[in-house]
Amino acid sequence: MVWINYGAWALSILLLGWTVVDAFRIETTYDHDLLVSSVEGEIEKEILDHAHPTTPAEGGS
Amino acid sequence: MATEQVAVPAGAAAQPKRLSLLRVLGPMHVWALGVGIVLVGEFMGWNFTVAKGGVFGALVACWFSGILYSCVAMIDSEVSSTVASAGGQYAQAKHILGPLAAFNIALFIIFEYCMLAAGDSLVIGAIVNSLDPALSPVAFVVLTISFLAWLNYRGVHTTLTFNFIITALAFITILVLIVGAEFWNPGNITQTQALFAQPPGSADPKMPYGWLGILAALQFGIWYYLGIEGTCQTAEECRSAPRALPVGTMSGLITLLVAATLTWYICTSLVNWITLGESLYPLYDAAVNTGKDYLKVTLWIGTVLSCLASANGCINDASRAWFAMGRDQFIPRWFGGVHPRYKTPYRAILFLVPIMIAFGYTGLLDQVITFSIISGCLIYLIMPLNMIRFRRLYPMDSIRRGYVSPFHPLPSYVLFVFVLLTFLAMYFGYWRNLVAALVFYGLCSVWFVLHRFKYVDRAKLYTMPWPRPKGY
Repeated sequence: MVWINYGAWALSILLLGWTVVDAFRIETTYDHDLLVSSVEGEIEKEILDHAHPTTPAEGGS
Repeated sequence: MATEQVAVPAGAAAQPKRLSLLRVLGPMHVWALGVGIVLVGEFMGWNFTVAKGGVFGALVACWFSGILYSCVAMIDSEVSSTVASAGGQYAQAKHILGPLAAFNIALFIIFEYCMLAAGDSLVIGAIVNSLDPALSPVAFVVLTISFLAWLNYRGVHTTLTFNFIITALAFITILVLIVGAEFWNPGNITQTQALFAQPPGSADPKMPYGWLGILAALQFGIWYYLGIEGTCQTAEECRSAPRALPVGTMSGLITLLVAATLTWYICTSLVNWITLGESLYPLYDAAVNTGKDYLKVTLWIGTVLSCLASANGCINDASRAWFAMGRDQFIPRWFGGVHPRYKTPYRAILFLVPIMIAFGYTGLLDQVITFSIISGCLIYLIMPLNMIRFRRLYPMDSIRRGYVSPFHPLPSYVLFVFVLLTFLAMYFGYWRNLVAALVFYGLCSVWFVLHRFKYVDRAKLYTMPWPRPKGY
């Protein structure tokens, strides 16, 4: 049964290792400002834009 | 804003100027998140109400908490279908009560769900270890968190579709037990009448400690529903938050009310109240008492699946709250990062993994769960204040609502009173934990006010395109 424990540890290391490597790749590939560019309220802006198409959305892209 | 990227494989014209979480969720996913987090409470924990209040006391606690959470669901549905933002109650409080309340609520959410995820993984470790003592519980605690964190990292749609499948299967196992126990034929397998009868010279199983016992049972009654408020963490990822959140939350609550009552009925009809009050896995013990092997296997699987679904939803919710705080610079802005391909809050997910593993590694299941419950109840204490002020600042027709909570302000008052009663019950059993939690959150608030808040860019704190609140 001990091999199952080793299997669990190995799978954990594999999964966490994959995520850490992927995160590192993202950090070194993309600009920091883009990665933290998410803002609150985009859904509401979209709703307002649909309701009032001529109203410019604040800070909209 | 700067949008320059380095070594991006695709053409620059195809690159977005701004990243946001992926809006792919529907009512089914919201249901899966809410019920998934909570259903584990049917498989363990609720049964301590029986030890305190007897079988009828447990039923009163079940329905009392059902009313409490109906109020939570109604308030949440209205506010979060309006404030459709990651962080749920955190974002609501930020707009309605202010930054300090929002900071505290975010901490409550993060600790509630991190601790619950750790508790769930601890139970999975213990269940696996019960199969064979040679199987290390720690290895499976770490594997559970690692697998679910990986899933959450890869995308919210897959995560919550997976949660829907395992939650539905876990729920079906309860129905299989009820049918397998031949509920239509009382006295054959189920022994309701015999188990509810008072043996000569012994306490009455129905209400052994009277109304005081029922009061004491209230703190465990919330196990039936604890975490349903987490549905609104997905607000920013729903295709249509005004529709998906109320439908998903309300259908989830109805599912839980049915599951809670069925669980109470089948467990009290199969297991003696004293044994039930001390059981670690009440539904599994009920299956054992039927004498049918297939029911034992089914409920064992149901218990594992419910723990897995709960931990999965908890990672999802805790990471959204942490992400939302990062986006508002309540903590370093770095945590507000979105994965450019999977559109998940990947930095928040990764940051919380070692914290959850650390809590799981302690093995202190009761302490971890108690802190989670206290944190959850603190959220419910602030929610009524939030709702009443929300209606004052933004009266009906002043702002678009996806759902209008009926009977306002009655649900807010009922919730406030019921949470205070639950805290009173908790104080009798866990006053040290309660005081420790309040001191901890108090110190965090001092840190936020004296140190952290000066880094918050207040101009960027409120980006909702709303009208001015009434009176401002």
